[in-house]
Amino acid sequence: MTRFRCLQILLMCLLASVVVAQVQEEEIPSDDPVIEQRLANLSKELRCLQCQNQTLADSPAGLAADLRREIRVQMKAGKTDQEIIAFLTQRYGDFILYKPRVTFTTYLLWFGPFVLLLAGLYVLFRYIRQRRDLIHEQPLSADEHRRAEELLASIPGKETT
Amino acid sequence: MRYLIPLGIFLVLVFFLAIGLRRGDPHELPSALVDKPAPTFRLPQLKAPEQTFSNEDMRGKVWLLNVWASWCVACREEHQYLFEYQKSGVVPIYGLNYKDKREDALAWLGDLGDPYLLSAVDLDGRTGIDYGVYGAPETYVIDQSGTIRLKHVGPMTPDVWSGKILPLVQKLNRQGAAK
Repeated sequence: MTRFRCLQILLMCLLASVVVAQVQEEEIPSDDPVIEQRLANLSKELRCLQCQNQTLADSPAGLAADLRREIRVQMKAGKTDQEIIAFLTQRYGDFILYKPRVTFTTYLLWFGPFVLLLAGLYVLFRYIRQRRDLIHEQPLSADEHRRAEELLASIPGKETT
Repeated sequence: MRYLIPLGIFLVLVFFLAIGLRRGDPHELPSALVDKPAPTFRLPQLKAPEQTFSNEDMRGKVWLLNVWASWCVACREEHQYLFEYQKSGVVPIYGLNYKDKREDALAWLGDLGDPYLLSAVDLDGRTGIDYGVYGAPETYVIDQSGTIRLKHVGPMTPDVWSGKILPLVQKLNRQGAAK
């Protein structure tokens, strides 16, 4: 093995250890159970920006840990949940919220399903009305009535009334 | 009429899918900080820890703040280009060394060279939170009044530089000169 190759392998090992060091950042929970409970509730509604399909509560990413630490500090300083959410959206935008705000761009998201429901109800209503028109009764004439009696009487094994 | 309804539904679907496709990289989020004042920081410098660097020091200039770390793989890809950008003299580039160990950061610059005028050290990532950093490398274009005009997430490749950063910087410089 050449010296260069050795160096390459060594470098790869080093890089790998750096990655591991990044992931295993220690996180000190607060000694106040109220804060921990509030953090647990709040961080379920926040998105981790680094791994976008996880909540801040679940994410092991370094940034998520930093943000949890920051939230603890702010809670300790007496900030309300609303103030903390405002702090985060100012920096990271609405994207950090798992529950999107009702704004012009999210109207379709929030009200689209209800519009679809109404449209569905309308279609259903029209369909039922149409069916009712189709099956309305047509009474038999006296002549048709007599023929029906005859047909029924001609069935073998059946007695006429 | 029979065919119009499914066709209409299909066209609406195509419309929304097209919007989704044209949004580009889903990891690139709209920044909440564009056109807002750059958050204030005063941090120790990487190479001269006894001295500090603050965004306030840069008032009146257009400048770039480039967030980097030695553990960041994409920063390595970007690094080689920074020398050219800095050398062009169009805009000063300052570094924000994000959540890094001092010795790792210094070794990294020692290996690859140091394109930055200086780097400020954000050891615990607190300044990063203020700037809404979620994935290094990130680059902020900050104007004369200290307002963030652009945030680019990901390596500042030559395409990004000549397509996005350079035109904006030149425009800002012209506006500054006209005032």
